[in-house]
Amino acid sequence: MDLVTPAIGLVFWATICFGILLFILGKFAWKPILAAVDEREKSIESALSRAEAAKEEMARLTSENEDLLKQARAERDLILREAKQLKDHIISEAKETANVEGTRMIERARLEIDNQKALAMADVKNQVATLSINIAEKILRKQFEDQHKQDQLVADLLKEVKLK
Amino acid sequence: MNLKLFRISLICAFFLLASIFPKSGFSQENAPGGKEKKFDPTTVIMEHIGDSHFWPFTFPFVKEKLIPLPVILYTDKGLEIFSSGHLMDGATYQGSYHSYKLEENKIKVVDASGNIDTTVRALDFSITRNVISMMLTAALLLIVFLNVSAAYRKREGKAPKGLQSFMEPLVLFVRDDIALPNLGAKYPKYMSLLLTIFFFILINNLFGIIPFFPGSYNLTGNIAVTAMLAVVILFTVNLNANKHYWKHIFMPNPWWLFPIMIPVEIVSIFSKPIALMIRLFANITAGHIVILSLISLIFIFQSLAIAPVSIIFVVFMDMIELLVAFLQAYIFTLLSALFIGMAIEEHH
Repeated sequence: MDLVTPAIGLVFWATICFGILLFILGKFAWKPILAAVDEREKSIESALSRAEAAKEEMARLTSENEDLLKQARAERDLILREAKQLKDHIISEAKETANVEGTRMIERARLEIDNQKALAMADVKNQVATLSINIAEKILRKQFEDQHKQDQLVADLLKEVKLK
Repeated sequence: MNLKLFRISLICAFFLLASIFPKSGFSQENAPGGKEKKFDPTTVIMEHIGDSHFWPFTFPFVKEKLIPLPVILYTDKGLEIFSSGHLMDGATYQGSYHSYKLEENKIKVVDASGNIDTTVRALDFSITRNVISMMLTAALLLIVFLNVSAAYRKREGKAPKGLQSFMEPLVLFVRDDIALPNLGAKYPKYMSLLLTIFFFILINNLFGIIPFFPGSYNLTGNIAVTAMLAVVILFTVNLNANKHYWKHIFMPNPWWLFPIMIPVEIVSIFSKPIALMIRLFANITAGHIVILSLISLIFIFQSLAIAPVSIIFVVFMDMIELLVAFLQAYIFTLLSALFIGMAIEEHH
């Protein structure tokens, strides 16, 4: 039948047409198109994965920051506490030193006072002794101006000795 | 009220009218001197789905013209090239070597007395209606896809735009739904072939549905074209086949099946492309025949009253044909990919 008999001419031209199409489209259309699509797919994929990585990096950085912040806070607290301790320590030490020094000075002052006092007393005693001797001398001189009295005294003394 | 709706209905009306009026062959029925000839749907339909040496310029509301096409004959004495206009209306043309005449749309060599001379062999390589239409669609394909390709170069790495964004899903469809599942990792080697086959069939299917110039031909429903495509697939499959494929054919298991299996397998080598060839041919031709038959109803009944019925059915069929145009392009490409995939598949 005519319908199912391939005509040689049409087969020939169809082959040529198809061949040309296959060659030109294959070389100048399909290959660049598919390459471009592939390229774009790859770039989209890599962009997505990069975005994902960036997100992860971001999260990592945030948590790291938080850690750092926490650490810094802890360090600050530690430093403050240490400073406070140091301050307390210094103050108490100063107090103690002041106390000790004060006591020592007081002690020294007392010693000095005692010394001065003793000196003064010794001086006073000497003067009193000198004065007493002078007075006694004067009294004795007055007493023994007359003979009578001297005799009486000797008598008294003798009497006393006898009694003993 | 709604301009858009109005415009759409206007376009629909235009296409409806277009599908009734100037189907090639209908006009010639009332042509000779107003004498009513008996309408013969078989001739009309066969003329339409067959090939022709004239390019019918059919357009709504324009009287059909037959554009003569070049006739190229390879005779025993040499090449003969002349315009088919010389053969119009059964005229005999005296070429450089022989005389020629159109007999049932075929060029025959005639002797001096006008009788067909079967002793002289003349191979017909004419640019027929199908050939010129095919060249037109091939040119269209080249323009479209070279443009699209240029768009990819120009807008490198950017989102597709315009024609590019219209074609990209189709190209990706062929790649992701036809080539990749069937061919696996080796798919890039066959992409050119599959894409070319897909778009070649698709555009010719679609142009075949258009009822007026430059469409309204039946190229993918022509056995010569489907045979050519099938042969391409036959060669692609068998030239790329690996040793597992040939082992499967020539060394079936167990050995005592050799006498049965080897002939069966050899037949299967050819039956696959033949099935491809017949499927496309039959589907497209059948669609055209159904549409033309429905249109012919009006002329068979010779009544305008039947026209609305015909039109409704034709619109319905046109929708189905639109689906079939895509479907057959898809199926042909899919099965091609499947056959190639079976031949290059690695067994472990």
